[in-house]
Amino acid sequence: MKKLSKLLGVSVLTFGCLLALPAKAQDTELPSTINWTIPFGVGGGTDVWARFIAPHLTKNLPGNPTVVIKNQPGGGSITGTNLFFQRAKSNGADILGTSASTLYPFMLGDKRVRYNFEKWIPLMASPTGGVVYVQPDLGVTSADDIAQLNDVTLPFGSQSPTGLELPVFLAFEMLGLDIKPVFGMKSRGAGRLAFERGEAKIDFQTSSAYLNSVIDLVENKKAVPLFSLGILNNQGKIVRDPAFPNLPTFEEVYFNKFGKQPSGMEYTAYKKFLAAGFAFQKVVFIPADTPNDIIQTYQKSVKQMLQDPLFIKDSEIQVGPYENIVGIDAAQYLSEAITVSPELYSWVSSWLKAKFDYKL
Amino acid sequence: MIEFLSALDQIVSITHLTYLIAGVLVGLVVGIIPGLGGIAGMSLLLPFLYGMEPSVGLGMLMGLVAVIPTGDTFTSVLMGIPGSSSSQATVMDGFPLAKKGQAARALSAAFLSSMIGGVVGAIVLSVFILVARPVVLAFSSAELFMLTLLGLSVVAALSGGNIYKGLAACGFGLLVGTIGGAPATGEFRFTLDIDYLYDGIPLVVVGLGIFALPEIISLLVKNSAIASSPNKLGHGLKQGFKDVFSNLPLVGKSSIFGSLIGAIPGLGGSVVDWMTYSFAINSSKDSSQFGKGDVRGVIAPESANNACASGSMIPTILFGVPGSGAAAVFLGGMLLLGIQPGVSMITTHLDLTYTIIWSLALANILGAIFCICFTRPISLLTYIKFSILTPIILTLILFAAYQATRSLGDFILLGVVATLGVMMKGANWPRPAFLIGFVLSSGAENYFFQSIQFYGYSWFLRPGVMTIAALIVVGFVLPPILKKRKQKNDATAESPLHEAQQGSDVKTVSWTDWGIIAILGVCATYALLNVWDTSMLTKAFPIIAIAIVMFSVAMLVSQYVKEKHIGIPSDLSMNLVYIAGFFVIAYGYYLFGFISTTFVFSLLFLKFLAKASYLKSATIAIGLVLFLVTIGRVMNVDFPEGFFDPYLLSAIKTFI
Repeated sequence: MKKLSKLLGVSVLTFGCLLALPAKAQDTELPSTINWTIPFGVGGGTDVWARFIAPHLTKNLPGNPTVVIKNQPGGGSITGTNLFFQRAKSNGADILGTSASTLYPFMLGDKRVRYNFEKWIPLMASPTGGVVYVQPDLGVTSADDIAQLNDVTLPFGSQSPTGLELPVFLAFEMLGLDIKPVFGMKSRGAGRLAFERGEAKIDFQTSSAYLNSVIDLVENKKAVPLFSLGILNNQGKIVRDPAFPNLPTFEEVYFNKFGKQPSGMEYTAYKKFLAAGFAFQKVVFIPADTPNDIIQTYQKSVKQMLQDPLFIKDSEIQVGPYENIVGIDAAQYLSEAITVSPELYSWVSSWLKAKFDYKL
Repeated sequence: MIEFLSALDQIVSITHLTYLIAGVLVGLVVGIIPGLGGIAGMSLLLPFLYGMEPSVGLGMLMGLVAVIPTGDTFTSVLMGIPGSSSSQATVMDGFPLAKKGQAARALSAAFLSSMIGGVVGAIVLSVFILVARPVVLAFSSAELFMLTLLGLSVVAALSGGNIYKGLAACGFGLLVGTIGGAPATGEFRFTLDIDYLYDGIPLVVVGLGIFALPEIISLLVKNSAIASSPNKLGHGLKQGFKDVFSNLPLVGKSSIFGSLIGAIPGLGGSVVDWMTYSFAINSSKDSSQFGKGDVRGVIAPESANNACASGSMIPTILFGVPGSGAAAVFLGGMLLLGIQPGVSMITTHLDLTYTIIWSLALANILGAIFCICFTRPISLLTYIKFSILTPIILTLILFAAYQATRSLGDFILLGVVATLGVMMKGANWPRPAFLIGFVLSSGAENYFFQSIQFYGYSWFLRPGVMTIAALIVVGFVLPPILKKRKQKNDATAESPLHEAQQGSDVKTVSWTDWGIIAILGVCATYALLNVWDTSMLTKAFPIIAIAIVMFSVAMLVSQYVKEKHIGIPSDLSMNLVYIAGFFVIAYGYYLFGFISTTFVFSLLFLKFLAKASYLKSATIAIGLVLFLVTIGRVMNVDFPEGFFDPYLLSAIKTFI
């Protein structure tokens, strides 16, 4: 808990530093090679995301430095991130790419985590959304029939209680669904296969996976989408996902079913982990003690990259129709998103114990 | 059909062929370097993919995937070190053949069967693309669990002399495989609070430690060349081809089996070679020569592993669910090329799918031809005094092991596993049994709980489960019964106990046996105490593994006590000295840095142990440094830096 209060203090500090930066940035000399540490294996989601961004980054940084992807898999990204925390150079030659599975262990106080985010500044964050869908034979045609699912046991192929599915589990519980989690899926893709085999009755995929693999199922009447997780707008409100404008958000479904807005500790936890895991699904970090002018050069180049029509076109395909968050916004929202208050922490920890017999 | 042929037309264009051959060459090199497999090779090519023409990029990747199981045969046969995880079983008979001076025969047989296997795999893939969806979907967690059992049932065939030794080794492998997070709960087991162990133990390190290092050490202790008989390379090549043609049914069965296993996500290359190897043993009339240099023991796994590489593309292309580690990286490659795997691959992108199939077939043929051309010169390596080769091989192994997690833990673990490997080799314990247990452990546990959670206990009534169960019974129970019958017919009345101990008429026991028994006993007891307080789902599977170990160890002890065994001396002291030396080197990496330690060690070793000339020693040592620096640069690897490396590297940089 001490860590968290410290984090709060420092994130405010970082935020302050960012504001204090002089307004005009000179293009400074960057190292000729930039090592981008990706704490995941080759070919995973974060790796593919980084490899898609790397050439664009090279193009937009002054002097067009080579961006080298360094994969450091292990511990669900904890190992590589720890190493980066210990070793990264603060001269602009080292940046880091993270995913939800880097933020969650930190938020849940995993004892293997030796990094903290106070020493890093986020350069940009790529959000994503997600969709929950069910088997058509349950007699549900849309979220309006969700009452049909009362008292039906729904097996759900999942990776682990503390993975990306954590907010999804919370959403299921608030909606009063009887979910039977089957853990040990190697990936969300394996969970989808279990759904396609008819073993799992309900499933969840992030936007890009849903667009690639589930849309076909929906068109062939093999899956029925229920709701999307929505996205955070600029005011921090959850709104419909631009990738799925016809799907209601979890909040809408909840309101239709119970006639009131979701609230309480459970909903606080849901929003917290949704923001961290989805709004900040992929983040590019740079060590905070990198010289100011270099950080500014990065920030300017990232902004420039995000306005590049070529990048926008590629990004539609790779990430979805989402706006990347940059600069001060990113720093501020991120520090909010990953700060877990002591009472929320103890609530989540007892919920995990009661629900999954999982000890934090 | 039109698309099918136009895809071929596209493939044979100059651009395509150039990239395909580039992929093939990278694949061969990666395959030859021990311990580096598809994942490493793919990672090498990925940076070049972005912005490439999709069909060209796919051709290059396929070239690589197809030939890794071809190239990896070189080290498996010539040095007894699996070139990648899919040619572990090839070592069993390939290496003994090389020791007999028949390396060229083993290699040419392997390459020809690799080629046939790969082409069969490509054909199976094209058939599957048209009918696959229901077939792949038919494999649920329950069937997958039964398949892992099928894989485990080969342990009996690999146990050689003593079934209990095999069981104990397999159980211990299962137990070691449970280190890390429990799939059903996410709780961590046996981590000893060491960060390295949280992820479980990497297969690459176990494979190298259990097979490669013990072989190197025993060759060093002997200090002779690998091949002991005079040069017979001349007619070895042709003999190998003849062997393949006289065993065509085996090649066909192994290939088809290999591509089917490859199509099942999660089994893949490291199992299929063992399964076909044991199949070859069980289906042959005279299996006495297996493990001593039977060419069929090379042909079966080599046909299967190439077919498996093609087969693993089925779930990858159709579902976006990778069938193997290399396929997972390939999936990333597809995404980088802007192709989405899934049903669209058999509707809108059928042409790309055909490109993949043609590339696979062509790459397999090209790869085999290249390898056959190089067979003779490379086989000559086996006639060089082994101590000259040692630093080179050892550096390659260490480099490969370091790829597992890129931490010093890889080196330490390698030493620990190698110690076990040396003991097991010295006392004739079946190392493959340990490896199979280890490989299948996580799959078995995972699928078992998943199937129970999805189906309750009714899952063993599923038709697929029953079919595989029948297969297990047939493969596992039938051969011994048939052999027994045959022996009865031969009127050699033997007691059933002898049955279990075919091939070792003289019962022997050594201190090393007792040492291994002690290690297994202590580890099993510790593990039991460690998981006792955890939740049911976390401890159930480890306890099964512990039970297997305890039971087998108890049976062994009672055998040794009850029956008269001739005590034989087992002098492993020299081997253990080398192991200790290995740990000293690993400490040197930490202290001084990987590259400088490699240089100094190679130089000293060659000069004083191998008695090579200064010139030779220096050339090899400098060559190794250059190799490490180059590959480190290409693959973006940071080696352990230590004290001297930073200076050394900056010195090298000024020259290059």
